[in-house]
Order: sequence, then C-alpha cells, then structure tokens
Amino acid sequence: MIPAILLMSGIGAVCAIVLSLASKIFYVYEDPRIAMVENCLAGANCGGCGFAGCSAAATAIVSGKAPANICIVSGKAGAEAVGKVMGVEIGNAETPLSYNMCEGGFRAADKYHYMGVTSCKAMSVVFGGKRVCGVGCIGLGDCVKACQFGAVSMGPKGHPVVDEEKCVGCGACQKACPKNIIEVKTLSERIMKFNQKYDPLAPCAQTCPAEINIPRYINQLREGKYKEAVQTIRLRNPLPLACGRVCPHPCETECRRGIEDEPVSINQLKRFVADYEMNSGSRIPIKCAPDTGKKIAVVGGGPSGLSCAFFLRRIGHQADIFEAMPKLGGMLRYGIPEYRLPKKVLDWEIQGILDLGIKSFCHVKFGVDFGLGSLMAAGYNAVFLGVGAWEDFSLGIAGENLDGCYTGINFLQRISGGEKIKLGRTAAVVGGGNTAVDCARTLLRLGLDKVYMVYRRTRKEMPANEVEIVASEHEGIEFVFLAAPTRVKGDDKNKVTHLEYLKMQLGEPDKSGRRRPEPVQGSETLLAVDMVISAIGQSPDSSFKDQDPQPRMKELALTRWNTIENNPATLQASIPYIFTAGDAATGPSLVVEAIGGGRRAARSIDLFLKGEAVEPVKDSLQKKRIHESIFKKVDGIKKTSRAKQPELHVNERLDSFIEVDLVLPEDQAHKEAKRCLNCCRICYNPDTDFPIAKKAG
Amino acid sequence: MGDLFVLVISCIFINNILLAQYLGNCPFLGTSKKMETAIGMAMAVIFVLVLAGAITWIVNQYMLKALNVEYLQTLSFILVIAALVQFVEMFLKKSIPALYAGLGIFLPLITTNCAVLGVCLINIKEEYTFVESLVTSFAYAAGFGLALILFAGVRERVLLARVPKPLQDVSIGLITAGMISVTFMSFKGMV
Repeated sequence: MIPAILLMSGIGAVCAIVLSLASKIFYVYEDPRIAMVENCLAGANCGGCGFAGCSAAATAIVSGKAPANICIVSGKAGAEAVGKVMGVEIGNAETPLSYNMCEGGFRAADKYHYMGVTSCKAMSVVFGGKRVCGVGCIGLGDCVKACQFGAVSMGPKGHPVVDEEKCVGCGACQKACPKNIIEVKTLSERIMKFNQKYDPLAPCAQTCPAEINIPRYINQLREGKYKEAVQTIRLRNPLPLACGRVCPHPCETECRRGIEDEPVSINQLKRFVADYEMNSGSRIPIKCAPDTGKKIAVVGGGPSGLSCAFFLRRIGHQADIFEAMPKLGGMLRYGIPEYRLPKKVLDWEIQGILDLGIKSFCHVKFGVDFGLGSLMAAGYNAVFLGVGAWEDFSLGIAGENLDGCYTGINFLQRISGGEKIKLGRTAAVVGGGNTAVDCARTLLRLGLDKVYMVYRRTRKEMPANEVEIVASEHEGIEFVFLAAPTRVKGDDKNKVTHLEYLKMQLGEPDKSGRRRPEPVQGSETLLAVDMVISAIGQSPDSSFKDQDPQPRMKELALTRWNTIENNPATLQASIPYIFTAGDAATGPSLVVEAIGGGRRAARSIDLFLKGEAVEPVKDSLQKKRIHESIFKKVDGIKKTSRAKQPELHVNERLDSFIEVDLVLPEDQAHKEAKRCLNCCRICYNPDTDFPIAKKAG
Repeated sequence: MGDLFVLVISCIFINNILLAQYLGNCPFLGTSKKMETAIGMAMAVIFVLVLAGAITWIVNQYMLKALNVEYLQTLSFILVIAALVQFVEMFLKKSIPALYAGLGIFLPLITTNCAVLGVCLINIKEEYTFVESLVTSFAYAAGFGLALILFAGVRERVLLARVPKPLQDVSIGLITAGMISVTFMSFKGMV
C-alpha cells in the first residue's frame, strides 16, 4: 500500500515539476487581452465571423486582423465590450439581415420530375434545378437547415421566409444557397442594390427607371400593410407622393396583365399608399445607416438632387442641398402646376426628406453665390450636380420678343412663384410636350377665354402623357395640329396680335419613328391671339461653368446638347468628384428618371468616398429587358376593367388650381391591387384556378 | 519483421480500435461531421498515441513492475497521458508553431480520448516489447484515423440524403457506424 501511494505521489510530483518547468521553458507570450476578448464574444462558435470558433476570432481581433465588432451574434453590446478591452471606439456598425429575393415559390412550372436527395445543392447540379425559372428559389430549404438561429423557415408559398427578429446576419444561409436567392445584406447594401441581369424581376420592375420593387409593394397593399408598402417604395424612391401624381408610369406599359387585358394601374396604387401615409397624420420612420462623417454637396434641390441627398443620408453620409430658387423641389415645384401636384403635398414630402437630417440652403445660385472652390473649402468630399434643364429653347422666328410672348418653363416657374403676369384673352401654346400641356391648362385656369395648342405633328405623335392630353381636351383646349409657327405678328405698340403658321403634312418616319412633318408651301395662316407661349423643349443652364472662378471648372465637359457629360453607368462627370444626374445630365426627362439617376449617383459617390474604384454595377440592367420575362401571351387572365382615375368634374376645376386627379378610394385600391398578377421573372399568379405548378409532360 | 507486419494489419483492420473494440467513440461521433476536422483529429491521435504508447510502456516496465504495483496501471497512465499531452502542447506551441496550428484544438481533446488509454493498456496486457508497442500504438492510431476519415466521408454524404426525422444527425450516425463496424468484421479471417 505504501509503495503504491509513494509511487503515485512520485509520478504526480514528477509530472507537476516537468509541466511547471515546461511552462517556463516553452513560454509563449500570449496577449492577456485575447482571453478577455473571448469572454465578451457570444461563445456560439457559429463561424459567422469567418474564423474557426470564438477563440480564433478573439485572437484575430487582438492581433488587429479583425474589427472589434466582427461578432455578429453578440451584437452591439458585445462589440462595445470588446471595444472597451481593446480601447477602441466602436462605430455604429450596420447589422446585416438575411433577405430573400425570389417570391416565385411553387409558381414556376417543373421541367422534370426530381427524385434525388432533398437538398437545393444536389438539385441545382441537375440542370440548375427542376424549376423552369433559372434564377429562382429551388425550395428544398438548404438555407433553413443552414440557419443555426432558427430565423429562416420555409414559407407556405414555397420560398424561404426570414424572421428578422431572430436573424443575426451570420451569412450561413447565403453560403448554403446555390442560387444566390437568399442574401445577407445591410440596409445600405439593400438601398444601393440595382437591377441586375440575373435578378428575379417582373417586367414592370425592370422598366421602372427608379427600379422600384413594384410587385412587392402591391402585394403589401393587398395584405393591408400600407406602411410596409411605403417603405418598399422608399428603398428606391423618396418622392412617392409626387411620383404617384405626375409619373407617366412606363411600368404600366410593360405590365404583364396588359398583354391580355388592361394593365394594372400601378401608379394610382403608389399614390394610394403614399397618400395614406400623408393623411394618417404621422410619418413612417425612415431608417438610416449610422453616420460615416462624410459630407456631400448636392447642387440643385429638384427630384434628382432630393433623391441623391435622400439616399446618401440613408447610407449614413451627410448631404447638404444648395438650391437657386427660393424653395426646394425644382421642376416639381416650378414646372408642374398646382392642379397636378399641389404645393402642400410637395412641401409635406420634402419636409420628410429634410427631417432625416439633410440641410438645405435656398436662394443660392451655383457659380454666382458659391462655386466649386467654396464647396471644396467648406470640406465637402464630393459634389452632386443636379441643376436641371431650365432654359427654354427659342422658336427662332420673327417677333418672338414682342409683348405677350413667353417661354414655357419660364412662364410656369413665374406663375408657381406667385408672380403676376400680364395676361391676354386668347393664347397659343406652341409645342406638344408635357410642358406645353401644362402651360395651356394653366392659362385656362388663369381665366383666358381661349387657348390653342399649336403642334407641328398630329395628336398621335404628341409626346405629352395621354391622360394629360385627354384632360386638356375635356377642359376645352383647342388643338391646331400640323402647324409650324413662322412669325409672331404684333401691332404698333409691339403687342402680340397674331401667330402666323404654316400648315404641314406628314412625310416619311424619321429616326424617332414619328412621321416627319413637311411644310405645305403657301399655306400661311393667321391665328388671332394676344399671348404666345413657346414650350418646345429645354436644355440645362450651364452658365455656372463660366461664372465659377475656380479654374478646375474648365475641366467639366459638356455635351453638344449642353448637358453635363458623364459616364452613363456611374454618372461620374469629367471631374472625378463631381457626379450628375437628372435633366442636367439627360436633358429634359421624367421625374422618375431623375430619381433613379439620383440613387445611382449616390452609389457612385459612396464608392468614391470609400476610396474604391467607381465602377458600374456588374450586369446592370439599366432599363434593358430580361428577354425571357417578356411574354407574348399570358394564360389564365379573366378580363377585368382597370380602376378609373377619379377626377374633379370639369366645371369645378376650370376656374381654380385645385388638384384634378383624386386618390383611389380604399376598396377600389384593393380591387386594383388584386388585379396584379404578382409577377416575377417568369412566374405569375393567374386569375383562374390555373394549375399553378404545371408538371412537365 | 513478418510478425510486425501481421501486427500492423491486425491492429488496423481486424482489431480496429473504433470498429472492433469500440473505444474512442466520442471523438468518432464528435469530429466526424466534416472531413477537415476528421483529418485533424486523426493526425493528432497518431501523434499522441505513439508518444503515449512509448512513455506508458516505460512507466509500466520500470516503475509499476519494479514495485509490483501493476494494479495502478489505469490510474498512473491517466496521469501520465494527461501530463504528456499538456507537455506536448506547450512544446509544440513554442517549437513547432506550424504543427501546433495544424493540430489546433484537437490536442487537448485527446486527453479525454479513451482510445489512447485503451491502446496503452492493451500494449501492457499483450506483453509487447518496446518496439512492438510503438508499432501497435501507431497502427491502432492509423486504424482510428482510417475509420474516422471513412466515417466522415459517409456522414458528409448522409447529410444530403433523405433521413426520416427521428433518425437524423447522431442517430443515423450511430447506425452508419454500426454498419461500417459490421463490414470491418469481414477482415476477421485474414490473419
């Protein structure tokens, strides 16, 4: 017994001595902070950080190879604790969340019957999955299995649903998905997402210049989630109230329902949810990423400037708007008359944008009150030029400067600004675009007896929105088609008395596909009017280029249409820190185009400020169509009529500037939303009891 | 030499420590979910087992036998192996950091691996010479590695298979292990 005890004690003692000696001899200095940091981490060993376990992550943090906030699971509190140990400030890092792009689910038909193992990975090896849709969700739930936090579940419609409360953003689902359908993204990344070739996009969403996820917000409207619908729109468009009123909705032209039936009245639905927010009395909070400390000067407070500033602010930058006019809004305020977009509505919308913390300076003109030099000196890291296109083209005919002649935008702007303009009794508006129609309808409301619209082609070729033309017909505006003004005649007091025009006839179609008007010789006709407004197009006012004393300004290249030259994919101008969008870059175009441009410019500015190469979005669509998503016919559609635009009666609207178009009532909006087929790239929900997942063969 | 070869074959295939003697099942199930960890574990076991086989043989021969206290084998071996693993870990960390990084977290895990203790005890029970016990230790460890890596390969495939819900994960793992064990039985008549 005694030898045994002695032996064991002996062995124990030897081991102890050897180990203690070894720990001295083989001592490796280990930062004590590693253990402290490890204590702050979640201990889940989930691998979300990309390191093998929490201890490896702690080592990486201490050695400076990983940021202090790398542990997603322990969240902000954990990051702060680590920051304390490491003695660093933790910036407010954005938390990424999992987000599923495909909502096709069971809707896409099967190409073949699959009998293999129940794993997306396995199925995707066989012809990229059994579904006809090449990009959509396979639906076997590899992401569900990959999620260690129970945040992803397979929804009833056959695609994964993410519980944002449980999601920690570890990225396991993204790695597991063979189709890149489920992606882990921060808010900024979601805001700065642009349509790409392989995205599951409905035709309407491909067409929208602002790239709004239209089916998603219509679906939210249908489910009664108006707030969520507004939030979906605001990921892409900061001006839903304005767009809901004035957008000529190119999306509706591409609406899949429109192939067999009348298209869904998408824009009215947008207006419905936007008006719902405004009338609800409270603003839906708009989430912004944490501050980055970078400052951007946005020159021009029109739709492109507002959009650019809004998105820059949402991804954490500070954007200050400089506006030449007394108030923000640009063409929305000064080019679009009150009866189409009431100033009260616009003010409310702009206030919501400014409430995010965007400063604005009005009544300061670029090149006059401030310039590139002063912006740089004030510490702005980049400049966005969204100065619009405010210079009217002139007719180039005799008598254009007579008393009673005005130009379109100038006229609208002065009326909107509250200026009293000396009016006549009868007027001729030259041009066929939206500005011309706006001028004509405004004149009518100002109490003129007769307003003619003089256009050199026919009604079919008029570029103005169809609804606007119809409305002006209702209001009694007289159209003089196939007429090219040749001279404005005045009396001895230089007052306009007549507009002389030449009759035209249509010849061969030109490049734009419209038939070219040709003059009929000797057909001069006189139209008795005492006002002539020419609204035949605008170009940007580039006077700032010469007025700005900064020599660098000379490097800013302009195109021959006087627009600011830029890379069309990144919107970067010839001076690297200047970005431009909207009418100033594209020439007169749609509000929604300017909004989309503002966001694209914001992305480039963000890249520029991060010091990364300002490169275009890979496989970017930029309004190009995805061929396979454009159908010739659509099965299973029951014809239902499209919601009518409710409007003020003609008698009520002619002597006032009260808004003409009214918002859809709630029941009508729901009925209209139900007409939406909730399309995706190739999937859609037919109206009939069509077998949704058609089995092949 | 021929004897040693037979010994090696028998240790790896016929008396496989995992599949015939059922020792060391915890790391067998615990580290076999991924091929990567299985390989790490197999390497660490080979490394430690050879060292442990040698040192326990010495302890047994020159201490326990000399003092006639062979009944203390289990107790003393646990102590010695634990101390050895600690020592090796420190040594590697200082001298061969690359190997330390490779074996990583598997080294300390082996302290609690019954396969290691089991092999040491078998070596003594079979009254192997020092060289023989070195060879058997290596061969058993190699057998352990072989079984573990095979099993990890199978389990990675099983992950893709349709497994009834109640049998998922460890349950199906145990069933698979049983089947692999049965296949190893077929080596029985070889030697």
